[in-house]
Amino acid sequence: MAYRFGHTGRSETTRLMATTYELTHLRALEAEAIHIMREVAAEFERPVLLFSGGKDSIVMLRLAEKAFWPAKIPFPVMHVDTGHNFDEVIEFRDRRVAELGVKLVVASVQAAIDQGRVAEEKSGSRNRLQITTLLDAIEENRFDAAFGGARRDEEKARAKERVFSFRDEFGQWDPKSQRPELWSLYNGRIHPGEHMRVFPLSNWTELDIWQYIAAEGVEIPAIYYAHEREVFRRDGMLLAVTRHLAPGKDEEAFKATVRYRTVGDATITGAVESTASTPEEVVVEVAATRLTERGATRADDRVTEAAMEDRKKEGYF
Amino acid sequence: MSELLRFATAGSVDDGKSTLIGRLLYDSKAIFEDQLEAVERSSEAMGADYTNLALLTDGLRAEREQGITIDVAYRYFATPSRKFIIADTPGHIQYTRNMVTGASTADVALVLVDARKGLVEQSRRHAFLASLLRIPHLVLCVNKMDLVDWSQERFEEIRDEFRSFATKLDIADLTFIPISALNGDNVVTRSPNSPWYEGASLLHHLEEVHIASDRNLIDVRFPVQYVIRPHSDDFHDYRGYAGTVAGGVIKPGDEVMVLPSGFTSRVASIETFDGPVPEAYAPMAVTVRLEDEIDISRGDMICRPHNRPTSGQDIDAMICWMSESLDLNPRDKFTIKHTTRTARALVKNVQYRLDVNTLHRDEGVESLALNEIGRIQMRTTQPIFFDEYRRNRTTGSFILVAESTNTTVGAGMILGPSA
Repeated sequence: MAYRFGHTGRSETTRLMATTYELTHLRALEAEAIHIMREVAAEFERPVLLFSGGKDSIVMLRLAEKAFWPAKIPFPVMHVDTGHNFDEVIEFRDRRVAELGVKLVVASVQAAIDQGRVAEEKSGSRNRLQITTLLDAIEENRFDAAFGGARRDEEKARAKERVFSFRDEFGQWDPKSQRPELWSLYNGRIHPGEHMRVFPLSNWTELDIWQYIAAEGVEIPAIYYAHEREVFRRDGMLLAVTRHLAPGKDEEAFKATVRYRTVGDATITGAVESTASTPEEVVVEVAATRLTERGATRADDRVTEAAMEDRKKEGYF
Repeated sequence: MSELLRFATAGSVDDGKSTLIGRLLYDSKAIFEDQLEAVERSSEAMGADYTNLALLTDGLRAEREQGITIDVAYRYFATPSRKFIIADTPGHIQYTRNMVTGASTADVALVLVDARKGLVEQSRRHAFLASLLRIPHLVLCVNKMDLVDWSQERFEEIRDEFRSFATKLDIADLTFIPISALNGDNVVTRSPNSPWYEGASLLHHLEEVHIASDRNLIDVRFPVQYVIRPHSDDFHDYRGYAGTVAGGVIKPGDEVMVLPSGFTSRVASIETFDGPVPEAYAPMAVTVRLEDEIDISRGDMICRPHNRPTSGQDIDAMICWMSESLDLNPRDKFTIKHTTRTARALVKNVQYRLDVNTLHRDEGVESLALNEIGRIQMRTTQPIFFDEYRRNRTTGSFILVAESTNTTVGAGMILGPSA
């Protein structure tokens, strides 16, 4: 399948728009996300942008930069840090935050474990532990709106979630009593202690994200592109050998050329074999792939059919 | 260039809607193997003897357990020429509010009928809701044509019946396509089974239908969403009005008026992060700067001095009621959100309730309950700057929010100022 980008340069774009009054799908998605972000900045007292250092939150941060330019982004960013990080991602996070001059809040899962707020799970995955850490941080900082980079194409529970997704005083999502969302009118009204999760990338697909990264020249951590790495096979996925994770007795480590489609807890996020080393090559690969990014690389979503819905109800991203 | 097209479908289990969506997604490679495997596993577990593609969209636990679609599901696929967003909604009357929600942003409505049954109450209702929400294009898919031996006569009979019904509605562009979703006839490619049909396949039609001129490019409407004041050394006195264009084409040099103040100025520039642009139109999100320093805040409306929206507090509107717990009654007060402006609204009266199946106006009613649609008169605490919904879907729409629970209880389409 051939994909054309809507944006090849300023003069080209201007010429096209001037004659047809049409926007490319990327421009339309961008405008929608910017509208959502401005709406939140105008209607909430203390918004925060959840930033994992993954490609979706990087695109979201770029959109925030665009929405308020030439002013700085008028809210802090928060990283819910599992401690199971890819070094490249943390390095990238710190550099980007410094460039933009925004405040970074780190909510640490390790600290929550040390304080006895949560207990390490047997599997070693800290995915679920993020829920408590996230909700604690929202409460401590009195955040009333939190931007998340979730997309509706990722997962079927997300496909039904609103752009403005209401959370009660326990941080819970109730899929059965969601507020109707019509036109581009978003209802941001909440009582004290409640908060809103806001998803400006709701209507983007994985392919849109990559097309946007390619068209805009958005920088993302190098592990999203093909590189050689020591990995081992577990549950049909390729997991990296890191200081957080070693192969088990029956598992054999080997070198492979891989890239990541998602970046999460390093102990459960799998890599895919790939030779795509530029955004354009990734776009071609994503357009041809026959597995969803979560199905291919996230052990956490394979647990049960409603794994995501269950976590979301408790307050997950 | 690849454009974005949003379409809405509504339907129930047996009219083949899920099969049709499944086929569009599958044939455009938007269904992934792991999703299909998961659906196959679930279908088997539920004892179905075929793969139930509805399970692809019915993602919530309650939906899977009860085998029903509860909510609007958004699905995505793309072809080289367009990216599509499907708002897939349940078709039963008890889900009218979900259909209205899905229809509110749609460019195209897909209505399915079973060729054997012809038009039924549900197909009329879907068409009516599509016209009420001003979806500019409607496609009637006459499905299961294989079960009527691809009878041209049957297709034309349904087409003519629908056309005559549609004269009561206000639908700008009507298209009829004979299909078999199960076998894929006329879905992605033209089928040899219908040599008498000269139109395009459904997908081809969705790729080609002209939507750019559906937007209002005449009446300049720029609701101010957010005022940008950087307070930095490089942009010391910078003051920009950020927002999303709701109508018309705005250009630098244009004379503009700001409501409610009535002050006039000229557009100095239209700016974005990527640089200034020579013009802006819906739905671009831009920052407008004016030549004069005027006091402007969120909720104000930038327009042209000789083409202004109606400014008023007494409004007639069609309302779709969405609350499970409370009815809409005269004297009720709500928060109203219209463009970027928030005020309070008082319901003065319910003029009639509309039967969404027969279009009959029931004037003997006092209130509206869940999923009911009716015409009301209301008064707002401050003026809002509106156009008729039929002229502009953005400046003509609003939501009502219950003040006690903060939930969205009503969706409104403005008919005009109260007489």
